Amino acid sequence: MGWLIEPGFFASAQVHTALVIGAAAALVSAVVGVFTVIRGQSFGGHALTDASATGGSGSLLAGVNPLLGFVVGAVTAAGAMEAIGVRHARGRDLATGIVLGASIGLASLFLYLDTTATATTGATQQILFGSIFAPAPGTVPIVAGFGAASLAIILALYRPLLLTSISGDLAAARGVPVRLVGLAYMLALALAVALSSLAIGAILSTALLIGPPATALHATRRAGRALIGAAGLGIACTWIGVLLAYDSAHWFSDGNGLPVSFFIVAVIFLAYLISDLTTHRATRRSTAAGRTGALVGDRDPRAAR
Amino acid sequence: MRPAAQHHPHVRALAVDGVSVTLGGRRILDEVAFTVQRGQFTGLIGSNGAGKTTLLRVILGLQRPHAGRVLLAGRPRARRNRSIGYVPQKVGLDPDLPMRARDLVELGIDGHRLGIARPSPARRELVAEMLAAVDAERFADSRVGRLSGGEQQRILIAHALVARPQLLLLDEPLANLDLRSGQEIVSLLDRIATEHEIAVLLSVHEMNPLLSVMDRVVYLAGGRAVSGTTDQVIRSDVLSGLYGHRVEVLHVAGRILVVAGGPAATNGSPDGLPGAAPLPDAR
Repeated sequence: MGWLIEPGFFASAQVHTALVIGAAAALVSAVVGVFTVIRGQSFGGHALTDASATGGSGSLLAGVNPLLGFVVGAVTAAGAMEAIGVRHARGRDLATGIVLGASIGLASLFLYLDTTATATTGATQQILFGSIFAPAPGTVPIVAGFGAASLAIILALYRPLLLTSISGDLAAARGVPVRLVGLAYMLALALAVALSSLAIGAILSTALLIGPPATALHATRRAGRALIGAAGLGIACTWIGVLLAYDSAHWFSDGNGLPVSFFIVAVIFLAYLISDLTTHRATRRSTAAGRTGALVGDRDPRAAR
Repeated sequence: MRPAAQHHPHVRALAVDGVSVTLGGRRILDEVAFTVQRGQFTGLIGSNGAGKTTLLRVILGLQRPHAGRVLLAGRPRARRNRSIGYVPQKVGLDPDLPMRARDLVELGIDGHRLGIARPSPARRELVAEMLAAVDAERFADSRVGRLSGGEQQRILIAHALVARPQLLLLDEPLANLDLRSGQEIVSLLDRIATEHEIAVLLSVHEMNPLLSVMDRVVYLAGGRAVSGTTDQVIRSDVLSGLYGHRVEVLHVAGRILVVAGGPAATNGSPDGLPGAAPLPDAR
């Protein structure tokens, strides 16, 4: 095992913190992300990550915990996107694009001010690419609080969320307050994005939000299993990434490791790639073996949709 | 197991009473009035833009009428009423939606509730019963978004029925279906209306697929409606009065065609006057 896990991994307090924060961010992102993928809101999710970069870089100027900055940025942007107009997919796209552009602009200003104020490039690195090994003091309890809030929203709204994701009309006819459910979901999404901004950086947090859910959705036909699978996969990818980053310090003679965000995102991407290749192969094989409609659920080619 | 048949053959499931809707200065519905009985199959017929979807939205409580009211089983509808089953128009189910057909049916039981449903034998049995009622057991475990149009329609009907509504509304369920799937859905709905003793109200822009099963017709044109049996409504004089200009009802090879004009079309037709008396039959 020595070659796989370098000495000191389990004893390091830094590693413990990284594993805890990483697991929390991965769990929350995966659970929320399943709905982000189902609802086709990956772009909206990405806009929130940029807004969280704005908040995070602003928080360094103001001298508060960056995680609070991430949360404030993402929640504000979520509210703005809802307010600008989300009735139709097109309106939602435009609102998302406008919020995204404004966020990046502000973030670039704040990051410039951060670096000129402190005369280091540490701020940019910390906000854009995460600080899982060295979070600000007192971060872990905040992570737990926001993570629990985000999960509570999703679990409480589990059925109405599924229903509104299928069809707004269908949900509205059942008496579901569609707009309110959408707003609550955006809040949960903003919190998830803030947590993964802390873990792997604001601009990479989309990977944690979309990657594991997209992979899990390949593998299962059931929403509950997709949630559990995505959560497990997200946590596994994050932990493997942390391990590789720790190990990488021993790969080079100067003792400088490679960034943990890179490893986490790389593992997520590999997992997606493998599941994509295997499901495509499975589909091809079952098609070649004759129609197994009940198993694979392929569309009947005779009937137009 | 069917619910015990309730022997009130002409219980009013729905009464639409003088409903008017104006949207953006345009009169979409103009004093529409009709009733629908339990156990009956009613066709809501009208061309695109006649106001069918708006009327269904008023019945569902998603659109507030500017005048008139909607009574469900004789009582004014509550704001969030769940005694109506609804199959919307064009539900685009994503092929990758992580949901089996039976999961979508189960979501019809209490999909509006908070929290996660606890699985129970009673729920499973109810879902299985509904899948059987729409003849969908064969594909119950497939991803719902990968089913054919007709199969998805069956699942959406089961989703709407599982909460045991008294009234089932379907918005253009035959659009985008091939002829055979369409006929299968129509005879399925006819059977459901009788067996489950519920009122089925279904909107179409083309009435012929419904002719063999319709108990009553609500014909919508220019925001106004006439209702009755097919023989009472689908007549040249009645429809000319509704349209406000001369139309002919032609019976061709077991099908009914409603065509504009005829030689008498220009003779003193009371163009567009609301509530115009039906023209005397020109023949």
